[in-house]
Amino acid sequence: MPETPIAVEMRGIVKRFPGVLANDHVDFDLREGEVHALLGENGAGKSTLMNVLAGLYKPEEGSICVQGQRVSLNSPRDAIAHGVGMVHQHFMLVPSQTVTENILLGLDEPRFILSLPEQDKKVLALQEQYGLKVDPKARIWQLSVGEQQRVEILKMLYRGARVLIMDEPTAVLTPQEVRELFVTLRSMTQRGHSIIFISHKLDEVLAIANRVTVLQHGRVTAAGVSAKSVTKAELARLMVGRDVVFTLDKEPVTPGAITLSIENVTAENDRGLPALRGLSLEIRSGEIVGIAAVAGNGQTELAQVITGMRRCTGGRVVACDEVVSNNPPRRAIERGVSHVPEDRAGMGSSPGLSVADNIIMKSYRQAPFASGWVLNRPVIRQTAEKLKHEYDIATPTIDTEARLLSGGNLQKMILAREMSCMPKIMVAGQPTRGLDVGAIEAVHRLLLQEREQGAAILLISEELDEIMSLSDRIVVMYEGQIMGEMSAAEADLDKIGLMMAGTRKEDLEKQDESIHGHAI
Amino acid sequence: MSLSTVTPSEPKTWGLPYRIVVEPRLSVPRWLSPAVSVGAVILALLLGGVVIQLAGGNPIESYIHIFKAAFGDVGVFSDTLVKATPLILTGLACTLAFRMKLWNIGAEGQFFMGAWGASAVVLFPLLPANTPAILMIPAMILAGFLCGALWGLVPGFLKARLKVNEIITSLMMNYIATSWVLFWVFGAWSERGFQMSPTFPKSAWLPRLTDYAAQVKAFSGLTVHLGLVFGLVAAVVVWFIMNRSQWGYEIRLTGDNPKAAQYAGINIVRNTVLLMMLSGGLAGLAGMSEISGVVHRLQGSISPGYGFTGIIIAWLAKLNAFGVILAAILFGGLLLAGREIQPSGIPRMLQGIILFTVIASDVLLRYRIRIVKS
Repeated sequence: MPETPIAVEMRGIVKRFPGVLANDHVDFDLREGEVHALLGENGAGKSTLMNVLAGLYKPEEGSICVQGQRVSLNSPRDAIAHGVGMVHQHFMLVPSQTVTENILLGLDEPRFILSLPEQDKKVLALQEQYGLKVDPKARIWQLSVGEQQRVEILKMLYRGARVLIMDEPTAVLTPQEVRELFVTLRSMTQRGHSIIFISHKLDEVLAIANRVTVLQHGRVTAAGVSAKSVTKAELARLMVGRDVVFTLDKEPVTPGAITLSIENVTAENDRGLPALRGLSLEIRSGEIVGIAAVAGNGQTELAQVITGMRRCTGGRVVACDEVVSNNPPRRAIERGVSHVPEDRAGMGSSPGLSVADNIIMKSYRQAPFASGWVLNRPVIRQTAEKLKHEYDIATPTIDTEARLLSGGNLQKMILAREMSCMPKIMVAGQPTRGLDVGAIEAVHRLLLQEREQGAAILLISEELDEIMSLSDRIVVMYEGQIMGEMSAAEADLDKIGLMMAGTRKEDLEKQDESIHGHAI
Repeated sequence: MSLSTVTPSEPKTWGLPYRIVVEPRLSVPRWLSPAVSVGAVILALLLGGVVIQLAGGNPIESYIHIFKAAFGDVGVFSDTLVKATPLILTGLACTLAFRMKLWNIGAEGQFFMGAWGASAVVLFPLLPANTPAILMIPAMILAGFLCGALWGLVPGFLKARLKVNEIITSLMMNYIATSWVLFWVFGAWSERGFQMSPTFPKSAWLPRLTDYAAQVKAFSGLTVHLGLVFGLVAAVVVWFIMNRSQWGYEIRLTGDNPKAAQYAGINIVRNTVLLMMLSGGLAGLAGMSEISGVVHRLQGSISPGYGFTGIIIAWLAKLNAFGVILAAILFGGLLLAGREIQPSGIPRMLQGIILFTVIASDVLLRYRIRIVKS
């Protein structure tokens, strides 16, 4: 491989946070025109290192060279002046403004008079160069997550970024959007841009990256190895520091009685548009039913209707022989419905309260946590300590505020709460989104354990692999309707893909038959 | 760690060999919150001192004067406690509501309604003038609490049911309450055309320490009244509700993340209404205690802004019920002694500066600021 010039060189970067050495003399280099993946578990120091490069953090030690020139990056403004731009995991966009307005935000030009149509044209021209299509006049809130990400990328390109840092760009995308993103990234590298791709998804890293650097506990365990020369298992070992099992031990469980039944449910989404259109589904105890669907096809609303967080306009949900839909969420909780919500920080936890207070969120009304209207502090503390150890939640103390936990530990805390109450029904929304390999393994194990204990589990996930390996039955949803259902044994990625795109299972079978018919 | 490694990006040190590092705190030690509040008050006094100096006064002398006039001997301290009594109750009223991020700015109006309700018992009269104190006082407490609660119920209900901003409604309700009281003292309850009601019968007075001077000589001249006990008991109750009860947990959770509260099955609508009523009720109790314990009649000028000062006190106490007691005593002293220096200017200014420094100092609880060698 011809040695291309070095775009960015970081040497001996040290960054400390109170109690943590986030980066311990980390070296990193990026060649021009390559995609360099930065791989590591949550808290391994990937984002910290890149925040240093983007001018957000100041390292205690180390040096940074951009295009061979020693630089001092005191702010994101400095970084972009040197051609380094970062697309954050959580987008920094103004929802009520248009795409063009967001791209221009914070720039010195145009100074006073803003001709939006003229700027729209500029933005369009830039879009055509890279194949990043978004309507410049659209407002951010109207855009899908994938489109919003394109706006973030355009923002950086407009500012003249040569080096683009993408912080877990695929965490929020659907499989289709991931593919589109990869096409974009390739077209950018062909134009000489260099890309740092932060991720913990091994398959994606191997699919897009030229080279890989792996971080573990703030140290480099593999420096710029070629993506062609490593395997998934090797990378996983470098990340976690031990062998990772990719196959799951799934005990056969005979499903019991119907525990959750969803009967012809219709509901609207936040914008008042139909989200569920007459959906019926039954789940028995001891089985996992996986919902496969592209984001925004009603699966989020389905979870909310079951847990009483959203009203349904028709039909009903019966949990353990009692109607829970269109009742306060408390009704569902009392019928043994657990809910691991998609939005962990926004709904599933209370960032300003302690870990202990977060753990009793669903059970604070019951004995032994409460006697009468008074909380039993000692019992609450004991339970929190016990769950902290059982579920391996990494937190300094149980009095630590939940906002200080990392994504993986926050999820473990939520799972500890939702599973320790022995649920009869569990609704799990994107339970492993944004988690690292080790944590995903733990979550999967916990879900299977719940299943063995006889819970009826509804698993909503955008990770098809996860759906396929955990579920007993797979249900495909499209625009609020069920396209079809198949058992784990007959599941087939191609068929699921077609159904996710809106083809009914019956129609697929008819096609099959007609093909076979001709063959005979 | 090799010493030869150079810092990559030279921070702006302005030629100094040190730089300031700001980091988020991973945990907040117990002592920090009160320490920061005390520090904020000291800083406010320093800033106030600068203003006094600029105005041509002597800050040190002024402060010594204020201190003596507020805490100098048992007599003046008793007067300070009298001023602190309504402040404890309004401070607690604000603390309760603020914990759920319900911005009840209406403690002033609820205070007036409480005073009106208590007066109504005597002046309508709901109870005959010869009713013994043992019946009269509880009736006034109940009436004062209920009228304050009613004044909290209105913004609470509008907030819970129709999502009307409680800041605006509770603020506007203040003007209605003060006008309502004026309407009665100018009209039906006016004493011979003066803008005040007749003095209440003794049975409607809260007992004061000085009333027992015959038994205990030392109590002579001490005006502290039973309202202080209401305040102290209310502080214990509020602390217990917030930190040890299920309902308090619901309030803390809702205040921190309403969406999580909904997810946990908490009835936010009901809690909003109840909490605003309880908050209003406490402020109403402050109004009752003030007219029954100090003024002994209803008139237009019964509050130098006790309800609004309650907001500052709640904040200075970092929404801690026991902190409210200390903050209220500090402000009671300022209110009493400030008058000795100047009727309005300096004491009000100090209150304002304290609110500023207290709110600004919050950053120290969330972040640690260190100075390190670069």
